[in-house]
Amino acid sequence: MATETKVKSPPDAEIMAICDRFGSDHHRMLDILLAVQEERRCITPSTMDTIAAVVGVTRIAVEGVASFYSFLSLAPKGRVTIRLCDDIVDRFSGLDAVVAAFEAELGIRMGETSADQAFSLEFTPCIGMCDQAPAAMINDVVATKLTAERATAIARALKQGMSPAEALVADHDVLSPYQRVRALVDNNIRQSGEVLLGQVPEDAGLRAAAAMAPSAIIDAVEASGLRGCGGAGFTTGRKWRFAAAAPSDRRFVICNADEGEPGTFKDRVILTERADLVFEGMTIAARAAGAREGILYLRGEYLYLREHLEAVLAARRARGVLGANFDIRIQMGAGAYICGEEGALISSCEGLPGEPKTRPPFPVTRGYLGFPTVVNNVETFAHVARILDRGAAWFHAMGTEKSHGTKLFSISGDCARPGVYELPYGLTLRELLSLAGAENAAAVQVGGPSGTMVGRDSFDRRLTFDDLATGGAVIVFSARRNILEIVDYYMSFFVHESCGYCTPCRVGNVFLKKAIEKFRKGQANDDDIAYLKDLSATIIETSRCGLGQTSPNPVLSSLQNFPLIYAALTKPTQDGVKATFDIQSAISGARDIAKRRSYIFDKDFSK
Amino acid sequence: MTEARKPRVATVSLAGCFGCHMAVLDIDERMIALMGRVEFDRSPLTDIKTFTQRCDIGIIEGGCCNEENVHTLIDFRKNCDVLIALGQCAIMGGLPAMRNAIMHSREPLRECLEEAYISGPYLRNATRLIPNDPVLPLILDKVYPCSDIVDIDVQIPGCAPSGDIIFSTLVALLDGKFKGFARETLRFD
Ligand SMILES: Cc1cc2nc3c(=O)[nH]c(=O)nc-3n(C[C@H](O)[C@H](O)[C@H](O)COP(=O)(O)O)c2cc1C
Ligand code: SF4
Ligand code: SF4
Ligand code: FES
Repeated sequence: MATETKVKSPPDAEIMAICDRFGSDHHRMLDILLAVQEERRCITPSTMDTIAAVVGVTRIAVEGVASFYSFLSLAPKGRVTIRLCDDIVDRFSGLDAVVAAFEAELGIRMGETSADQAFSLEFTPCIGMCDQAPAAMINDVVATKLTAERATAIARALKQGMSPAEALVADHDVLSPYQRVRALVDNNIRQSGEVLLGQVPEDAGLRAAAAMAPSAIIDAVEASGLRGCGGAGFTTGRKWRFAAAAPSDRRFVICNADEGEPGTFKDRVILTERADLVFEGMTIAARAAGAREGILYLRGEYLYLREHLEAVLAARRARGVLGANFDIRIQMGAGAYICGEEGALISSCEGLPGEPKTRPPFPVTRGYLGFPTVVNNVETFAHVARILDRGAAWFHAMGTEKSHGTKLFSISGDCARPGVYELPYGLTLRELLSLAGAENAAAVQVGGPSGTMVGRDSFDRRLTFDDLATGGAVIVFSARRNILEIVDYYMSFFVHESCGYCTPCRVGNVFLKKAIEKFRKGQANDDDIAYLKDLSATIIETSRCGLGQTSPNPVLSSLQNFPLIYAALTKPTQDGVKATFDIQSAISGARDIAKRRSYIFDKDFSK
Repeated sequence: MTEARKPRVATVSLAGCFGCHMAVLDIDERMIALMGRVEFDRSPLTDIKTFTQRCDIGIIEGGCCNEENVHTLIDFRKNCDVLIALGQCAIMGGLPAMRNAIMHSREPLRECLEEAYISGPYLRNATRLIPNDPVLPLILDKVYPCSDIVDIDVQIPGCAPSGDIIFSTLVALLDGKFKGFARETLRFD
């Protein structure tokens, strides 16, 4: 019967060629899908069928990846996709006007794609440009310091057919990749320290390491007291020792450049100014752990850095310091905060949805493709290169007893001098705030949403692993800001970014956000404070990875440090009847539909 | 000589299915013992429609889906010393609260009523109207658990709770010995 013959579309040569470029290897699924997305601007069911057939996995496996990442889309996206950061910092820096300008000039609303498929407008969480907010990604480049006028001008240029790069940077085609990066984004280096942002010699650490036995390298890194700079603060030397000791004939070194914690942008600056140092550190790690293959996992938001980083890698290969015993490839991410978690990052490198893995086993014993893997933060690797050059004692002497060396802080929000500060561990928050011109700070989010929100009474605490720990983010809020609006935003961030594996994280964060909304609407009572604490404890205790284990922190730390704000918004129960239930708003919809008053709760004005 | 005052019990079914009241009857012949100890006031079991006097225990089945439920619940709170939420509907909203899941609509209530009376696929509604008799109470924007509206003292979980747990909880309350439920009685089957 005619209706039963399936119309077979001819095999899609272009898609097959893309698969071919990545060896039709299902571990490269994310790269394949990113390439398809770039080419076609969406991933259709028939494309997924083709990919599934070519790489030899099920269609649902392809769809599982395609639907996980926010930069991949199943519906067609515009030729130019503008992704505005809608973080609270951007909202406090005039985001509304920028949104209005883009919407007016492009004739579409946020979340829409224009009918001619020329433009899409979207929101996205922090893109790492917090010191120059409001900011947006426009395809493969970023626009910073946006104003309504600038947004209108950019949209006009794009409508006239300019490429995003042309619209943002004059003469961009004559610039080197590094110059292009610098023209797009300010470094805002406010304070250079001795280790990373001051003068650094080329490959001195690597030369020293080459003359050392692998175990001696690990000894030096351990003796330096270096701890991971990505947030968790694990001792780097010990991590490497575990990986080196795990029996295997293949090992990997991965650099975590996902930098997804809102308010963190120090890796951006390191990758711009000290990329060589990072690759040098990775090469040293490879020698120490016995790895021949390395991956730099670069967040999708930093796509604009890719050409520059590829150029640095190529130059290193040309110099002979990379490629012979150890080489590095860049794996692009695709807009998922959870991929900063090392297990999820490895899943993502393996071409899977970015879901964390159950621990143990830890990556040092079973990591990428099941082989022992060292995962470290960008800044951690850069420090390693300097430690090998200057010696463990030099590094160990800086900082405090349990936090050695220097740290890059990225400061944003309500301050005069937002940007990156390299300082020895151990200074007080007050000292840092005064350097940044944030004397009016009323609340500071240290360590991003997953960190701690502190008030003025905590400004004398020290920025160390044991006191106020941060992977770099320090977000300043003045007294004008509404604390609960900030908490509410951070909860919506976690709701959006939960990978969905654990119910307490997937559902619990939604409930937490709803409870905070109740406070904001003045509908909370005393029980709700107990509920916030109780629910938070459940989420922390029963979540599988660090996201769920830290997602209630905005609520818990604001409850602890700003209790009066919550107390002022609660309404006491009177005679057992809750003041927080509002019968009038509960019946107003039905009153409109029925077109009559309530015979129970409304006064009869006709009498 | 006056007899010692018997504790008074009132019950009501709000947005429930009456299953919880049926479950009260599941205490079977123990009902005789219970009747020896308490007096039922306002309740569908006695067909008394309003409180005749203050009660010691009020038992609520169902959450609040309309304004009359709210009114009744507040009346119970005012007239009872101990208020019990009996069953999932009273505790969480239960089955009726499924309509709370209509979220991605500008007018979830209208959408719900239209689907129920006008556009649903298996409907026979000759008038094609949403019922709007003046005696019908206005329905709420969503279904509320009782504890969103008044303080609830005891929650007896289950859909419906077993006769055993209802009986043992009432007896414990009457003896002044109720201390919450043993962990093994709270489970998913
Ligand atoms: C939700 C989540 C997000 C994370 N994001 C990052 C990140 O963007 N960059 C990073 O270096 N580490 C991140 N981490 C920490 C990593 O899991 C891992 O601990 C780190 O990369 C190890 O490197 P380090 O020891 O050098 O810090 C994240 C952890 C969690 C739980
Ligand atoms: S805690 Fe959250 S992000 Fe982490 S695995 Fe569970 S659901 Fe995913
Ligand atoms: S809890 Fe179950 S038995 Fe009780 S009223 Fe609700 S649906 Fe009926
Ligand atoms: S870029 Fe908007 S807050 Fe980081």
